[in-house]
Amino acid sequence: MSRHGTIEKPWQRWLIRIGVFVAMVILCLPGVWVILTAFRPNIEVLARPAIWIPQQWTLDNFARLFGYSSEQQGLPVALYFRNSLVISLTSTLVAIVVGMAGGYAFARYSFRGKATLFLGFMLSRTVPGVALSLPLFIIWSRIGLIDTSWGLILVYMAVNIPFTIWLTDGFFRQIPVDLSEAAQIDGCTPWQAFWKVEFPLARSGLASAAIFAFLTSWNEYALASQLTRTTASKTMPVGLMDFTAQFTVDWTGMSAMAVLIIIPALVLTFIVQKHLIAGLTFGGVKG
Amino acid sequence: MTFFRSPRAVPYLLLLPAIVVILSVVLLPLLVSFYSSLTGYNLTKPATLTQFVGLRNYQRLLGNEDFWWAFGRTFLFVTITLNVEMLLGLGLALLVNKITWGQRTLRTVMMFPMMFSPILVGFQFKYIFNDAVGLVNNALFDLGLIDQPIPWLVDGNLANFSIIFAEIWMSTSIFAILLLAGLLALPKEPIEAARVDGCNPWQVFRHITLPFLMPFVYIAMTIRSLDVARAYDMVKIMTNGGPAGRTELLWTLMTRVGYQNSQMGMANAMGYVSIVLSIVFTFYFYRKLVGARGFMGGAQ
Repeated sequence: MSRHGTIEKPWQRWLIRIGVFVAMVILCLPGVWVILTAFRPNIEVLARPAIWIPQQWTLDNFARLFGYSSEQQGLPVALYFRNSLVISLTSTLVAIVVGMAGGYAFARYSFRGKATLFLGFMLSRTVPGVALSLPLFIIWSRIGLIDTSWGLILVYMAVNIPFTIWLTDGFFRQIPVDLSEAAQIDGCTPWQAFWKVEFPLARSGLASAAIFAFLTSWNEYALASQLTRTTASKTMPVGLMDFTAQFTVDWTGMSAMAVLIIIPALVLTFIVQKHLIAGLTFGGVKG
Repeated sequence: MTFFRSPRAVPYLLLLPAIVVILSVVLLPLLVSFYSSLTGYNLTKPATLTQFVGLRNYQRLLGNEDFWWAFGRTFLFVTITLNVEMLLGLGLALLVNKITWGQRTLRTVMMFPMMFSPILVGFQFKYIFNDAVGLVNNALFDLGLIDQPIPWLVDGNLANFSIIFAEIWMSTSIFAILLLAGLLALPKEPIEAARVDGCNPWQVFRHITLPFLMPFVYIAMTIRSLDVARAYDMVKIMTNGGPAGRTELLWTLMTRVGYQNSQMGMANAMGYVSIVLSIVFTFYFYRKLVGARGFMGGAQ
């Protein structure tokens, strides 16, 4: 018996299992292959005929990225990593604070122009990054923001605010208004009521909104590739693209860099999932 | 100044920072973009920013063969990928929904492609479809199916196939996860009632499950149409528009014209076409979403 009460024959059940298995293999294999490549020596990757089962494991590809290898002068990946981290964290922090204020306004107040404003925020999100990069390139060059961390932080704030507003609006709307009102009757100011009652309830939702914003900035390429020039502001995705400009493609080096980009994403996505489940089970609202 | 102290001002004050950021970092640049699309602005000659040419850039676009190829290819690319992703996502969600043991683990595994940024997905398939060291050709060689490497990213048609494959790999999960959430929220009573009334499984799916899932389909479509342009990153790293412009999309053509050929006025005109295209797609699905929600009596 499955969830909806249909009774499947054994062969049907096996067909379903095989189908799911094949789908999961297709979804995982490409990524796993790249991750494996990051830990294999170059000779093995280039070998003919192909070596399917890794014979040798090495961390040399990572050492090379950070310049701890005599073999090759690596790209300044450590700097790229620092830039990515600083830019993503700062823009996320600001986007969450600004977006939370906006989301709260949409969830709790009715005011003139509300629907138009909401649509306006959402439409600003539909502008393709590449199309936005053209005028930003012109303006940022003239006011000296090109190739600076701040230039990119500003842009990522604008990219993340609409989506944060959308998410936090939903989270705040799930919290009954009565709770804040009760707190205010008991003598809290609206400000205190927000921080002591509504904020703690919305916290897991805000955490997942923050992670979404962080990952958007962390993964962004189209804008970063045009608005950065040097190690002063280049981020990891732009750095990955640098590899392709080299004479021969360094597959193991690129894979190692890909792993560095994917690790924070893997960890954070896993946490979002937990937060989402926590958010759902917490929906019962315990005083 | 009394307005700012009144309670009516509170929502506006809360929204003020967000409005300021969006106005200055999105709306103002869009105005600059529109203005420069009406000029003959060339990056190498800064003075040309004031050289007003009216709608000539747009006129030249309409008569430009490269532009129409890129436009048509982009439209086809978006249509094919969204539809295939929807169908595969629906199939996957229905399959996983049938599995009772370990479903939560499957859902986590399904999220795997969503963790990859487009530039990573592009790199990954550039590697896997590489003719010399790629996984696909290696496998075909060792299975004895080919004796010459297949030029996945070098042949025009195969390159387009590879890019579409990569895009579908990246985004099918979004549909699958949202539709699975829909299936889990599906009420049991109407299905049991229909079955008692003698409906076969196909009729149940067609007349009860599918209409209930439609809002979820449109949510997924709306979310996807918001970021279709991220295919730019993928194409950039996989083929960079090549071979000979055969995989050029509107977005890659735009950067080539703007940054490499320095024709910023022209590139901004193209940028506007792409913005309108994105807004039309998003708006269409958003309207469908609102309609479907009304039909379901406000179901999320």
